[in-house]
Amino acid sequence: MDDRSFDILILGAGPAGISAALTAHARGRSAAVLGSDPMASTLAKAERIGNYPGLAGMSGRDLLAAMLGDLQRQGIPRVTGRATAVMAFDGRFMVSVERDVYEAKALILAAGAQQSAKPFPGEAELLGRGVSYCATCDGMLYRGKRVAVLGLGPGSEADREFLQSIGCQVLYFTGAQAKNVEIQGTDKVTGLSVNGEKYAVDGVFVLRAAVAASVLLPGLAMEDGHLDVGPDMATSLPGVFAAGDCTGKPYQIARAVGQGNMAALAADRYVKEHEG
Amino acid sequence: MIQDLTSENFEEVTASGTVLVDFWAVWCGPCKMQSPIVDAFAQKHPDVTVCKVNVDAEPALAAQFGVMAIPTLAVFKDGELAGRKVGLSNLEEIEDMCK
Repeated sequence: MDDRSFDILILGAGPAGISAALTAHARGRSAAVLGSDPMASTLAKAERIGNYPGLAGMSGRDLLAAMLGDLQRQGIPRVTGRATAVMAFDGRFMVSVERDVYEAKALILAAGAQQSAKPFPGEAELLGRGVSYCATCDGMLYRGKRVAVLGLGPGSEADREFLQSIGCQVLYFTGAQAKNVEIQGTDKVTGLSVNGEKYAVDGVFVLRAAVAASVLLPGLAMEDGHLDVGPDMATSLPGVFAAGDCTGKPYQIARAVGQGNMAALAADRYVKEHEG
Repeated sequence: MIQDLTSENFEEVTASGTVLVDFWAVWCGPCKMQSPIVDAFAQKHPDVTVCKVNVDAEPALAAQFGVMAIPTLAVFKDGELAGRKVGLSNLEEIEDMCK
């Protein structure tokens, strides 16, 4: 087994993903946590957490630091970045992060509410025809062209710099600026409208904290805009489990941690059943 | 065997029969995932000529076929573009494309 191959790969580095990783590790599974920087999440901005037992009003930032410390003490690897593609092949899952590929026998989706975010008008229709979720993958095809970056998640600044460095002319919008977004074009992207302003562009890089689960795994069943899971946190695809805000409301730490634990136990059972 | 295509040999290689072309680049993670699936397809279907175009080395070919995201797979039948698909494809999807 190499350093990019695991029993269980967890997409999302918040409370659900960390909880899942700790449980998977305790069950003797090799696990890794892959996700955007949790210190840039909404939770990290919470001044105090009042409804999680035993925390005595700790801040979101301190809680995340303590949780990440648990990963480190257990020696569970963390990969900072966004999964941009997932493929099941030969009984395993392949997951790409920038230019690297990771492998696992089971997946746990735990990248938060943005993982089940609604696409912008035009986004799904023009994906691969000007809309991209991966600057390192597709950037080179836009050299010398005008592109927009919608920096909706952490790490987007680095993508902007990368695109500029390879010769793209970049219009950059932060999450706060990217309101009323509409991506325009019929066969391919020709423009972008943000808050009523129109811009002519050849490409739009939509960079959320996580690529939507329904894009990573087409066919994944959704319900009310969230991932549809059974009582054991299994999604509609074999070997794929989900936990936390991506599965629905309430968006609470206690719920996320509990679901992460259950998802890891179910993923452990799945791996065991498919061994040998 | 999977052949690398360039602007020089593209027309000649795609001129006859069914040819599957995988547009890829070294800096693309999803392309690395597509590669073993394309290899498996090539093994299973020796009647189809399977080729790759490195878009970094061959930007003119990428532009000619309007490749805006990779991986992109394209199928040529007797020199004519018969189908294309952007994004990762599984074995069944590639087989459908080449039918």
